[in-house]
Amino acid sequence: MSSIGTGYDLSASQFSPDGRVFQVEYAMKAAEISGTAIGLRGKDGCILAVEKVITSKLHEPDSGRRIFTIENSIGMVICGLITDGRAIVNYALKEAQNYRREYGQTIPLKILNERLSSLFHAYTLYSAVRPYGICIILTTWTEQNGAEMYCIEPSGVSFGYYGCATGKAKQAAKTEIEKLKLNTLTARELLNEGAKIIYRVNEDSSDSDTKFKLELSWVGKDTNGIHQICPVNLYEEAKAAATAAMEQGDSDVE
Amino acid sequence: MFRNQYDSDVTVWSPQGRIHQVEYAMEAVKLGSATVGLKSKDYAVLIALKRATSELSAHQQKILRIDDHIGISMAGITADARVLCRYMRQECINHKYSYGRNHPVGRLINLLGLKMQTCPSANFYDCKAMAIGARSQSARTYLEKHLNEFKDCNLSDLINHGVRAFAGTLPNETKLNNKNLSICVVGKNYKFHCLDETELEKYITAEIVGTQPTSSASDSSEVGVGRTERHGEEQPPTLNPQDPTPAEPATEDRRMQ
Amino acid sequence: MMSNNGVNFAPFWHNGPAPGSFYNFPQNNIKSNSAIDEYGFQRNGGPITTGTSIVGVKYDKGVIIAGDKLVSYGNLARYHNVDRVFKINENIILGMSGDYADFQFIKQYIDEIILSDFSADDRIVLKPKDLYTWLTRVLYNRRSRFNPLWLDMVVGGMQGEEPFLGHINIRGRSYTNDVISTGYGTHLALPLLREYSEKGPLNEETAQQLIQKSMEVLFYRDCRGYPKYSQANINANGVTVSDHEVKQNWDLALSIKGY
Repeated sequence: MSSIGTGYDLSASQFSPDGRVFQVEYAMKAAEISGTAIGLRGKDGCILAVEKVITSKLHEPDSGRRIFTIENSIGMVICGLITDGRAIVNYALKEAQNYRREYGQTIPLKILNERLSSLFHAYTLYSAVRPYGICIILTTWTEQNGAEMYCIEPSGVSFGYYGCATGKAKQAAKTEIEKLKLNTLTARELLNEGAKIIYRVNEDSSDSDTKFKLELSWVGKDTNGIHQICPVNLYEEAKAAATAAMEQGDSDVE
Repeated sequence: MFRNQYDSDVTVWSPQGRIHQVEYAMEAVKLGSATVGLKSKDYAVLIALKRATSELSAHQQKILRIDDHIGISMAGITADARVLCRYMRQECINHKYSYGRNHPVGRLINLLGLKMQTCPSANFYDCKAMAIGARSQSARTYLEKHLNEFKDCNLSDLINHGVRAFAGTLPNETKLNNKNLSICVVGKNYKFHCLDETELEKYITAEIVGTQPTSSASDSSEVGVGRTERHGEEQPPTLNPQDPTPAEPATEDRRMQ
Repeated sequence: MMSNNGVNFAPFWHNGPAPGSFYNFPQNNIKSNSAIDEYGFQRNGGPITTGTSIVGVKYDKGVIIAGDKLVSYGNLARYHNVDRVFKINENIILGMSGDYADFQFIKQYIDEIILSDFSADDRIVLKPKDLYTWLTRVLYNRRSRFNPLWLDMVVGGMQGEEPFLGHINIRGRSYTNDVISTGYGTHLALPLLREYSEKGPLNEETAQQLIQKSMEVLFYRDCRGYPKYSQANINANGVTVSDHEVKQNWDLALSIKGY
């Protein structure tokens, strides 16, 4: 980024001479310095897994959640500036509520994705505002369309994905995800895979319990299309699988 | 902290993906006097040091009641806190009117977090205990050390713990008295309320003679009953020598408390 | 910038564009239904499609609410298989009488509250007393604007361990009681229910029998009644909503002569 400091990077409404909008790129940076979040889409559902970094011993384990539920069937994970994330969650809730008032049903994920993308994009157009410093991943499962997953970036760009990752260890996580045969796996199986990836890409996984908390959620056929934070028994199982895989990995190295 | 060209506005990202104005706002908090909050399974306690802007003025209120079940303690710009306080009071009243129940505190904080989107230091955490404001690090150190004892504490033990954690944050020349100390309590059988001067006196005395909160949960939970057993092996509260005790941060700003 | 499809997101700056303003939905400014003439304004009052009585009984460990499945259009028995008793969530059941469209309108908002409780995922859920208060406020508010929701509702449920039963009417007047009824039920069912409830707390079985008896009387006497009725029962074990039918006996009819 040679143009840093040349004065073309102070406003979202200004291009640099080589045609870039730096403020958007900087906002992206905010998303990339937070704890890793991944989304996996299998044959009968999606899962979300997050490395929630613990910043103080004094916090309750549940505080600072990163996975949210829109109405009851859409999962959303936020990655980046958490407060921006909460604003987006609130906006998404209102969009869903509004859609329901008009059409009497849950907002289709495709539509929600479009509306949120538009919002992100709107915040990259004016100098009076700053782009949102978050990436979000949206998941759902419906009888009609099966599993769906989208990821939106601060620029407002969004795509549908089979597997996606954002945050600190984005690259490493992507590499891990690419090893999975996603369309053959069930959501139930993906829970374990998601947990494994989060633990594997974590830089310092010794003493991991005090450094970060794994957050897991799923939505799919098994949950009847309801997005829910992973139940305790499955969570423990996924965590055990992840720890086991780590130890396995360690011994392979030796 | 150095000035750079990316710190002039809340709407500007720095190349590192930070918003400097928000981080500076966090610094304002450190100019306010310290305040400590902690909770057991039945009670929550707020403790704060009130400042007086001059010899002639009264002490500024640091702890504000929102509703019967919620109170806030603040560090930073008091006027800002009062704006948020008014908002929260309004929300609580509206909620009580609409649903006939107390506004769940978690949801209130969530609303508050959404209140100011362009100045989003609006982070919030659900805490077991916390200390904010000037020199609050030593209080956090104390709280972390005793974190596991709080859950089963009775009320007076909990307050004693709080005052002990709080004592470490005091400026050198400041002595606790019933005018500058503020302790408020909410919990089982108690609506949110602040202790009166005689009750404060008891906890201050307990603190000065070095009363140790007993770690066993006793049934006596009456407000104002300071525990007086002294555990021989524990020392009266002194600042951890490793903790630097900087002088009172220089601020002429009277809005800062 | 209020009409962003109902989503009220603040404009970027004063009088500036607001996010969402690019998909405005037309027809957001619905005109008020009042017509101004020389006497001031008039409102269209009165229900259109209506449900008749609801009966609610509190027993020692729970609550039963029942109502027939007919929705009438004036004196016409228009819709024959409509539920007027609902499970709202795991703690609340609700019965409605009055204008069915008004109920569908208010039900949408109740469901929104339930959904947002689910989204919040903080183990805080709506309790019967909360809904009872909320409905009281809404109905009172509407009547104060001379635009009432034509409803008579019975809220039942479990307030923690305790059963709860309350009644809210069109004017936002509300009360709680051990036995409640709306519409013709106040005249036909309540005397019967009171006779039993005043002797002391009922058990589930007696409550069940009382409901059955009330629905029978209401069917025979209320011209807007119907033999098929649905019933919601709530207690510590949860909510069950079931369909029932009045056992009819017209033997008596043969002996009625001389009219």
